[in-house]
Amino acid sequence: MDQKKEEKPYHVLEETYDVVVVGAGHAGCEAALACARLGLETIVFTISVESIALMPCNPNIGGTSKGHIVREVDALGGEMGKNIDKTFIQSRLLNRSKGPAVHSLRAQADKAEYSRAMRQTMENTDHLVIRQGEVSEILVENGVLTGVKTTSGAIYHCRAAVLCTGTYLNARCIYGEVSNATGPNGLMAATHLTDSLKENGIEMVRFKTGTPARIDRRSMDFSVMTEQKGDEKVIPFSFETDPESVQKEQVSCWLAYTNEKTHAIIRENIHRSPLFSGEIKGTGPRYCPSIEDKVVRFADKDRHQIFIEPEGLSTNEMYLSGMSSSLPEDVQHAMYRSIKGLEHAVIVKNAYAIEYDCIKARQLKNTLEFRAISGLFAGGQFNGSSGYEEAAGQGLIAGINAAMKILGKEPVVLKRSDGYIGVLIDDLVTKETAEPYRMMTSRAEYRLLLRQDNADMRLSHIGYRVGLISRERYEKVLEKQRLIEEEIRRLEHTGVGNSPEVQAFAAAHPDAGPVAGNTLADLVRRPELDYEVLAPVDRERPLLPDAVREQVNIQVKYEGYIRRQMQQVEQFKKLEGKTIPEDFDYDLVPSLRLEARQKLKAYRPASVGQAGRISGVSPADISVLLVYLKKLGKEGVGKD
Amino acid sequence: MREDTIAAIGTPSGQGGIGIVRVSGPDAVAVGDRLFHGKCRLSEADTHTIHYGTVRWKEKVLDEVLVSVFLAPHSYTGEDTVEINCHGGNFVLRRILEAALEAGARSARPGEFTERAFLNGKMDLARAEAVMDVIQSKNKYALDNAVGQLKGNLSGVISRMREDILYETAYIEAALDDPEHMSLEGYSERLKQKTEELLCRIQKLIASFDSGRMLKEGVRTAILGRPNAGKSTLLNALLREEKAIVTDIAGTTRDVLEASAFIGGTELLIMDTAGIRDTDDRIEQIGVERALECGKKADLVLYVLDSSQPAAEEDMRIIRMLSPGKVIVLLNKTDMEGVTDLSLLKKMLGEEHAAAVLEISARERTGVDRLEQMIGDLFFRGDISFNDEIYITNIRQKEALTEAKESLELVLDSIRKGMPEDFYSIDLMNAYEKLGLIIGEQIEEDLADKIFGTFCMGK
Repeated sequence: MDQKKEEKPYHVLEETYDVVVVGAGHAGCEAALACARLGLETIVFTISVESIALMPCNPNIGGTSKGHIVREVDALGGEMGKNIDKTFIQSRLLNRSKGPAVHSLRAQADKAEYSRAMRQTMENTDHLVIRQGEVSEILVENGVLTGVKTTSGAIYHCRAAVLCTGTYLNARCIYGEVSNATGPNGLMAATHLTDSLKENGIEMVRFKTGTPARIDRRSMDFSVMTEQKGDEKVIPFSFETDPESVQKEQVSCWLAYTNEKTHAIIRENIHRSPLFSGEIKGTGPRYCPSIEDKVVRFADKDRHQIFIEPEGLSTNEMYLSGMSSSLPEDVQHAMYRSIKGLEHAVIVKNAYAIEYDCIKARQLKNTLEFRAISGLFAGGQFNGSSGYEEAAGQGLIAGINAAMKILGKEPVVLKRSDGYIGVLIDDLVTKETAEPYRMMTSRAEYRLLLRQDNADMRLSHIGYRVGLISRERYEKVLEKQRLIEEEIRRLEHTGVGNSPEVQAFAAAHPDAGPVAGNTLADLVRRPELDYEVLAPVDRERPLLPDAVREQVNIQVKYEGYIRRQMQQVEQFKKLEGKTIPEDFDYDLVPSLRLEARQKLKAYRPASVGQAGRISGVSPADISVLLVYLKKLGKEGVGKD
Repeated sequence: MREDTIAAIGTPSGQGGIGIVRVSGPDAVAVGDRLFHGKCRLSEADTHTIHYGTVRWKEKVLDEVLVSVFLAPHSYTGEDTVEINCHGGNFVLRRILEAALEAGARSARPGEFTERAFLNGKMDLARAEAVMDVIQSKNKYALDNAVGQLKGNLSGVISRMREDILYETAYIEAALDDPEHMSLEGYSERLKQKTEELLCRIQKLIASFDSGRMLKEGVRTAILGRPNAGKSTLLNALLREEKAIVTDIAGTTRDVLEASAFIGGTELLIMDTAGIRDTDDRIEQIGVERALECGKKADLVLYVLDSSQPAAEEDMRIIRMLSPGKVIVLLNKTDMEGVTDLSLLKKMLGEEHAAAVLEISARERTGVDRLEQMIGDLFFRGDISFNDEIYITNIRQKEALTEAKESLELVLDSIRKGMPEDFYSIDLMNAYEKLGLIIGEQIEEDLADKIFGTFCMGK
């Protein structure tokens, strides 16, 4: 203790909390709110209070697979869904022509309002303290996190910390030859924490992402673009939001295209791009490429889509989705102005690429706690992901598990068959990600079961168990489930006779085949029919809420597919259920190939199933492991 | 984990010329030394050496033996291994095994030697299965096929199909995630063609199972005919053809095996379809029904007719009810004065069955070589050529292929129903995974059990 005093030449602030959350972006907000709502004294640090829940890139929440995550966050008791329901200015359900598994909600946000509303929620949450400041060190004793220190020298003792530093660590914004040591949107970067993390043995990598220019709406000619309006009937993200409350006037987005001239400008100046000149060393996301990337990679495409999206109701800034870039300022001007409708574009903010430090997430367990530092959790872009929604999902789980640890309760680990968040975290901690990880529907093997429409039924029991979902809300979900099951049973057991209504119905649907003599369930399954259409021949149909009717239709109509997907899940669970002891000595298995052994030692998978997903571990290695583990089970560990 | 030392009889039970007791594990050499008495001690022997001497246990000489020493890791199991080659006979083998167990080894579970080989990295699962086929292959064609599988011919075919399926799935998935750059317009039609093509390939493989099984296990053969037609004589003629083994072991089929005979390169498993050796008047006893039942179970029916007797309509009826591809009609007793002649018989049989009629004399053993050729023609001809066709030979592979086929049929069903493209991938991936099971590219928690479970004791 004496020594410590010597290190402090002046008096410093010392405070004690249960949980410290570093960063108040989309991950940090969820983590902080979860901990505080579970009654833990929580402090959240942000470089600027004005930047809480900032959306430094696209002005929307949701989209394919990301919309699913928001719904899952909501079902687990998180905030993102509620916040976007309060602040959206346009909403659409994407992929309507496809199956229900890929239907995705996407809402345009009023960025300033989104940020303000989240800040308001945070400020009015008990047990939660917001503090402006930069955390510069983590304090670790014997592998256990004990607190953090800020650049001011203040010490915050805590029992758990959640790192959600986003893109701020040693951030650098670049376009052309211009390079600024700032975080996104010109905010201050965090320049100290990386060193402290490295000193504590945490392996860091450098990733890159980017954002397009913002252009003054008054300089655009929308008459030559295609208007994209919101849905007539808006579906809210949160299962708790009253659907009536979100039916409001919406703004439009606009569709424009690049052209040969745009591509020519890019090609002529490609050597001046820091990405191609080697100035930027961080790895960028393949799935969210800059326009110069797209022009090079899809050389045969003569145009690319650009969605022009408003950044809010109180600003003229428009976001050019699909045109992120790090080309020099003059090239950007020429490039944007080559687009039909943007000939007179006035740029408010240049496009830029941003480089930042993040971790190799394989250092984390599926609970998002560092394997080597007890009590230290991590979420969001810091873990190598990209996107607000991916961040929120992780932040929520990291926050919940920090709380569960302190409360001495079972952590929450979502399996790949439980939700997109489960897929996201499992991918992050088991797969070598060489670029920011973006969620996609194709990453979820059990997509048909993990729909956005049933997130409440999949996950509410977990939200309720941890204490973020009220009993009242949970009971509503159980009641919904009961109604669905009852109605499905009724459809399975109700035959359709040959009444005049039925004859009329059959005449009106000649392609659907014979109607009379079938059960209602059989008829729902016909490609040409569905639950709603069958109302005229189903006179005993009870009055049911929309959400129940939707579930009944999906569950009956796609019953065969759902059943087969469930069989796949059963198969998956068998391998997930084969746990590998945490201290398992892979050197004892002589027939594992060297590469597999090294990977298994580095990732320490919790189960055989997870081991199989590690790149570099082959099915043959897994078979070896299975046989070996079986022998262990039979003959006991460390015998002789 | 320290392994113990295991022992088992390594050759099939029967009256073989020699038998092997295999001992494997860290104490294998020590166990060997406790039993073996020869010029040198096994513990001083180099790996891959053979030693002549005797096995003695409790003051008694059990047998005169040759003992092979293989030291880790250069053995089948990857462990120290001692193989005691003795003069066979169940009794002697069992005595030596018992002695080895008393000398410190433990009795091996079925498949345990191979399990150890596998655990010690000596082989992977897919190869293990093929190795088993090599060990069990009963004729030269089967051996070729098993060696082909070992070399990866089957793996190659399956892998290519999996690549095709994965490509289609990836295409759909990529288009769902990136609709801006990829369109699914008209894609269903392309997938339909591709799926039908895959189904065709899978069906061909499934169809190869019967040929494959016959290659590996032999041709299940029934000899039918009226009393005194010469069935017993034929059987004896066949058995004398090459060194036939008469055995009472239940075969891999559920039928009791009566005898097996090598005809050329092919093994005929002559089934005790109706106890043809006991009695010659089965048809009278058990009737047409039973004869037909036997005939249907068999891969090959040798229907014996007595040429010295008029051909009976009853015989003709039975023959015509058997499928033409698997019945050979033998007009026997050509050494005697004939009543039924070949052309008359062919006319009676009808066009389909007339092709497979042979004149033989079982007693004189004439015409047997032509029978051989005809059997070869019937089962292994034309479109099936041994060098470049792949056969599947075990039921596990067949089941996986059948499941893959069902999944692809469901894909076609989805296309026909006009389901959205995102539904296709469930069944495409199911097919992909089932095919993966065949070549060990798909992990299945009980795959190891399934494979090792089929190994015989001592392997």
